[in-house]
Amino acid sequence: MSSFNFVLFTIIGTGLVTWLSRILPFVILKKFKLSAGVVEFLSFVPIAIMSALWFENLFVQHIGHLPSIDWGNFLASAPSIISAVIWKNLLVIVIVGVISLGCLRLFFGM
Amino acid sequence: MNNELNVPSGAKETLPTVFGYIGIGVAFGIVGKAAGLSPLLVTLMSIITYAGSAQFVIVSMLVTHSPLLSIVFSVFLVNSRMILMSTTLAPYFKKESLLKNVLVGTLLTDESFALGMNKLNYTDNHLNFSWFNTANVISYLTWIVSSLVGAVLGNFISNPEKFGLDFALVAMFIGLLYLQLISDKSINFNLQLIVVGFVLVAIYFGLIFIPSSLLILLVTLVACTFGVVMKHVFF
Repeated sequence: MSSFNFVLFTIIGTGLVTWLSRILPFVILKKFKLSAGVVEFLSFVPIAIMSALWFENLFVQHIGHLPSIDWGNFLASAPSIISAVIWKNLLVIVIVGVISLGCLRLFFGM
Repeated sequence: MNNELNVPSGAKETLPTVFGYIGIGVAFGIVGKAAGLSPLLVTLMSIITYAGSAQFVIVSMLVTHSPLLSIVFSVFLVNSRMILMSTTLAPYFKKESLLKNVLVGTLLTDESFALGMNKLNYTDNHLNFSWFNTANVISYLTWIVSSLVGAVLGNFISNPEKFGLDFALVAMFIGLLYLQLISDKSINFNLQLIVVGFVLVAIYFGLIFIPSSLLILLVTLVACTFGVVMKHVFF
């Protein structure tokens, strides 16, 4: 993990951009309006970034070569998806996923 | 829900969403602690950044030693939906002072936004500061306390890797992605699946030559462009 100061700067920096995203529309909306194109582009951000973060964890990078598969994360994803479909509850999904990977590590050393 | 826009009705109507903050807040605290953050930093992140799922993004990028600007820009992208929510909400607070507008925006969350949009159906399309601020403040305090509790609980789990606790982050993204897919009616469901598939292919081949810390950002930008193009050509 990074140094205390690096994390602190990260917290302040991310806090600032998040705060500005939250308040600026309240402040400037009377003067400007987001173009329809920008709004449309942004509408894809949540699914794109969430799937990117998930898929990146399924592979192990080898620069210059195709990535290999992280079998532990890959296999533990299946019960997580199934529990998402059944329960639609974030906490349940997380618990099922963690127990799945824990079992994979315990029994198969993944 | 009723037509009253005061502190007690705000408190009462926020209560059901509180359990969501507790669950995810505790999970965030445990994940943050497992990734090597102290309870102090975990709590500071919840106080200052206050960004729900984006806080999981921050932790995962800290673990991979991403550059500061790359983390900040990623968080901006994840939270850019806040701009849309604030833009939608702002007209209802036109009569309130600028300070109150800024306060409502500062503590705005996905849940309080959803709650507010729901409330409009009971109040003849009105919202006010005292009702919305009550919902916001309860959410904020619950989130902070829950993540602190999670981080302290994480102290008692000495070797999180052994229990698969590092997977909590990945599972959270799977859950958030799934909930987004089934609840976001603004984009065609099949189009959303196509974008997710595009991201998988882009990540796989991008890993050959792009450092993983930068890859998420690039793939997101390309995937959003891809989504817009697909929407106009095929949907």
